[in-house]
Amino acid sequence: MKSIKNHFSLVIALVSILFSIQVFIIVDRSINAYKENLANNYSIIMVAQVQIPEEKIKAINPLIVNVSELNPEGVIKRLNTKMDKKNLELLKITLPKFYKLKLAHFPSPQEIERLTKNLLATKSVQKVENFSSNHDNTFKLLLLFKDVISVFSLSIFIVTILLILKELRIWQFMHNERMSIMGLFGAPIWLSSAVLFRLSIVDAIIASFVTFIIFSYIDSSLWIARQFESIGIEVVVFDKVEDFSLLFAIAMLVSVLLASLILLGHKEEV
Amino acid sequence: MDKVIIAENLSLAYSNDETIINKVNFSVDSGSFVFITGASGSGKSTLLKSLYGGLKPDQGSLIVGGVEINGVSRKKLNFLRRHIGIVFQDYKLVKEWTIEKNITLPLLINGYEKNVTQNQVDSLLKHVRLKHQAGKYPLELSGGEQQRVAMARALSHNPILILADEPTGNLDDYSSGLIWNLLEGANTQLKTTVIVVTHHIPATMGIDYKHFHIEYGSINEVN
Repeated sequence: MKSIKNHFSLVIALVSILFSIQVFIIVDRSINAYKENLANNYSIIMVAQVQIPEEKIKAINPLIVNVSELNPEGVIKRLNTKMDKKNLELLKITLPKFYKLKLAHFPSPQEIERLTKNLLATKSVQKVENFSSNHDNTFKLLLLFKDVISVFSLSIFIVTILLILKELRIWQFMHNERMSIMGLFGAPIWLSSAVLFRLSIVDAIIASFVTFIIFSYIDSSLWIARQFESIGIEVVVFDKVEDFSLLFAIAMLVSVLLASLILLGHKEEV
Repeated sequence: MDKVIIAENLSLAYSNDETIINKVNFSVDSGSFVFITGASGSGKSTLLKSLYGGLKPDQGSLIVGGVEINGVSRKKLNFLRRHIGIVFQDYKLVKEWTIEKNITLPLLINGYEKNVTQNQVDSLLKHVRLKHQAGKYPLELSGGEQQRVAMARALSHNPILILADEPTGNLDDYSSGLIWNLLEGANTQLKTTVIVVTHHIPATMGIDYKHFHIEYGSINEVN
């Protein structure tokens, strides 16, 4: 019972750390997926007096990945009833060229501003519509969401580290006596601290598997999948190989670091 | 005869405090039985502590089992301690281990094989009359029983030197008798050097022994 209690306190602290890290990873993935989604739906309209080759437009700024000229036929058709054919042909020639520019990723307000300036500085470009008002609001909302989650994860991380430091003092008290007694009978440091490291490694393994079970369950949840679907994104909640390896490595690192700190703080009682 | 302990101009002090043992000279022959007596606070336990390297000499030289304690490396000190059996006044048993495992500790550290370890532990448990309590934890035993476990642990690896600090202090006659018998047995049968710090030398001692008395920081042999 006492042994289970000893394991329990560190396992809980480790699971909290791993949980906050994985939540941060999921939020980061969601935001990136959402940004990609926004980038796919977001475009800039450029108006030029004359036709500009696609390659020349792409060369204006590396953010531009796709250029498509908007067909003026639709607008002209609406005017069709009021104008004769000759005037329509004339209008077609004199009408400015409209381009829809697709970007590599969802840009920041600064990138948009720079891109607009670059485009307007190009000869024969008359106007650029970047829908900056809508864009800025969406982008700021995303950043706010990411910041809130980061602060939340960081808070959990700090509280857990404080818990672990408290645990460290308990462990120091718990293991110091045994390590000192072993030292009095000539045990080398690796032997007297073996129990400590074994305990911390076992706890790291338990915490990793508990986290694995929690996130595997969340990953298989239809409710979660529907939430992501409703905002039009698809996110890998928990990669059973990549994420588990990362969490396992972190758990090992934290618990071995904890054991090493106890070892460094060990004072032999004689 | 070989000397297991040689002290020359040995002074002992805790940090910068007053000197407890002041420039003493003495030696202990291999295979002898030695009592160290003295009033409370005279430095008996401090001297014993220096013999297993728990306190380094402030001045002079102290050689135990061929190892100079002054400036000894951790590795060499561990090597020396593996050949010493120590009995502490406060037992120093690992509370979360059974008494069987506590007795096994020096054997484990010395790398004995499992079957040797088990036979030795069984035999020692019989000697200290605790065979029926092998699976118990130290805090489930009385003080006398805990001291018998500590005694068995000190003997388990057949050390060249046994250091005992007031091994029978506060014990009943039965436990005291068992402990003196074990110490005498180790000395006579295994030729182990035994050094005991005590207030009183038992009247029933059936073997020859050497007696040092500590007073005012000096050590004198009593005839």
